[in-house]
Amino acid sequence: MRFLRAFTRNPKAATGAVLLAAFVVLALFPGLFAHDSPTAELYQRNLGPSAQHLFGTTGLGQDIFAQAVYGTQQVLIIAFGAGLASTVIAAAIGVAAAYLGGFWDAILSLFTDVVLVIPLFPLLIVIAAYVHNSGTTVMIAVLTFTGWSYTARQLRSQALSLRNRDFLAAAKVRGERARYVIVVEILPTMISLLVAAFLTNALYDVLFASSLQFIGLGDPNSTSWGTMLYWAQNNEALQAGYYLQAIVPGACIALLGASFALLNYAFDEIGNPALRPVRRRRQRALLVRRLSRA
Amino acid sequence: MRFVLRRAGFFLLTLWAAVTLNFFLPRMMPGNPAVAMVAKFRGRVTGQELASLETLFGVNSGQSLPVQYVHYIGDIATGNFGTSLFYFPSPVIDVVRGAVFWTLGLFGVATILAFILGTGVGIVAAWRRGGLVDSIAPPVLVITSAIPYFWVGMMFILIFGLKLQWLPWSGGADLTATPGWNPAYVGSVLEHAVLPGLALLITAIGTWTLTMRNNMVTTLAEDYVRMARAKGLKSTRIMLDYAARNAILPNLTGFAMSLGFVVGGAILIEYVFNYPGVGYMLLQAVENEDYPLMQALFLLITVAVLVAILLADIATAIFDPRTRSSE
Repeated sequence: MRFLRAFTRNPKAATGAVLLAAFVVLALFPGLFAHDSPTAELYQRNLGPSAQHLFGTTGLGQDIFAQAVYGTQQVLIIAFGAGLASTVIAAAIGVAAAYLGGFWDAILSLFTDVVLVIPLFPLLIVIAAYVHNSGTTVMIAVLTFTGWSYTARQLRSQALSLRNRDFLAAAKVRGERARYVIVVEILPTMISLLVAAFLTNALYDVLFASSLQFIGLGDPNSTSWGTMLYWAQNNEALQAGYYLQAIVPGACIALLGASFALLNYAFDEIGNPALRPVRRRRQRALLVRRLSRA
Repeated sequence: MRFVLRRAGFFLLTLWAAVTLNFFLPRMMPGNPAVAMVAKFRGRVTGQELASLETLFGVNSGQSLPVQYVHYIGDIATGNFGTSLFYFPSPVIDVVRGAVFWTLGLFGVATILAFILGTGVGIVAAWRRGGLVDSIAPPVLVITSAIPYFWVGMMFILIFGLKLQWLPWSGGADLTATPGWNPAYVGSVLEHAVLPGLALLITAIGTWTLTMRNNMVTTLAEDYVRMARAKGLKSTRIMLDYAARNAILPNLTGFAMSLGFVVGGAILIEYVFNYPGVGYMLLQAVENEDYPLMQALFLLITVAVLVAILLADIATAIFDPRTRSSE
């Protein structure tokens, strides 16, 4: 409860949550907001904005507003799918390394560190180049496979700091299995860290997936913001003066990304009180009021 | 010294992992994509080049996987990355050499500037907690960190290139200028570097500022900072020598790690600005299915990142005595 109150009172958290909720609604019920099909090439090409076409039309005569609305779904599925999967893998590897210690820790940590320093985006490009036209599932798999290492390292050091606590010693004395101790005793103490890790991963998954689609490594026939940008770039929309074809999908990515980033930053502030913004004057006023009442 | 040696060992291990990835990725994919590539280029590539391609990608070689692997490692270790298919018959290594200088010049400078500026803003924001910088920078930077790099590039092109026509936004230099150390060429190179450099600087600066600010906030609460205050030292000295010096250590490690992200951003920004560097070339190679060139560029980027990490490690060892003694 206390956490919830801190969360609703934090303006960054509130903004992020509202933005994210709006995108989730768009993804669930795109038909409520956009009346055109995102793929049908029904209209005149490269129309400017009007009452009928809020953001104009694409080089193929599709409604840009409809594309932006329907494009929400894929990127959210990728963000949540890959974000969750990589956080779970990271938790498994990081906590197992810290808890098992010794040989296993050495091996798992080394593996994590190696994956961590291989530059992620070039690796993604290479994999996507061999796969050709990665759809949603492949995109999630590739992003998960490459994106767990930073979180794993973070969670390992957090779990290490717990290793000598009494409640874990008690579990060991009771003769619990390693798997039980990790899942039931250790992981619940790290919920806030796990949520923060998920938010960071989701943000990067949005950016990476859109970037891959933008350079033409996604499925060019799918409806997504990255693919919209790919077509805008291919049709030289900026040079030709059709700015909205590039501005709209980019702004959508930035807004969704910002919602994850704001939530994450707010989590940091709530979890680590030292980082909270200082409000000296208000605190002093509160103190004075409390003192005068007493 | 032992610390640096250990890191050098790690460097080699990671390099080996990257080479191994390069080897297995095309072979693991359903219907080895390299087979299609070799088939496509069969008419243009003949004799020894074709044979070398086939060994590199394990097509028609009739050898077992372990034998192929040993051959592959041998080839890479001796700098034989095969022949570029798109720039045929230039060997990959020559093609790559031309691109390296552009990327190093532009993105080396932009990254170092972003690190210095970002860290500086972070120090000031944390030092004057709740002040002007601290109330503006963090929220703005949280949002800019969520904007795709390439889109920032596109918006720069739109505003400064197409609308205001202040600066060129495509290529690395004027095509009319003769390459060399003449003022016209150097001037045009600098002019072409401004927009992509700024785009990278703006997108990369956020992370440094935010992590530095948060580290600094934690460090400022330490007893040794209070002690320095009690001693009546000058506040700039406390800020830089006591707080910042200790807060920068995690940022240095972070620098090394997020270099991978910066590289990703650089690739996209080069692509958007048609900047003739390594990233642009990598995407060209992907588009043309020029796998030998793509593999070589991936390795090159990995090595560059690893070298930067090694340098950051050495810097950490110099700044932080604890890493030297405990490990």
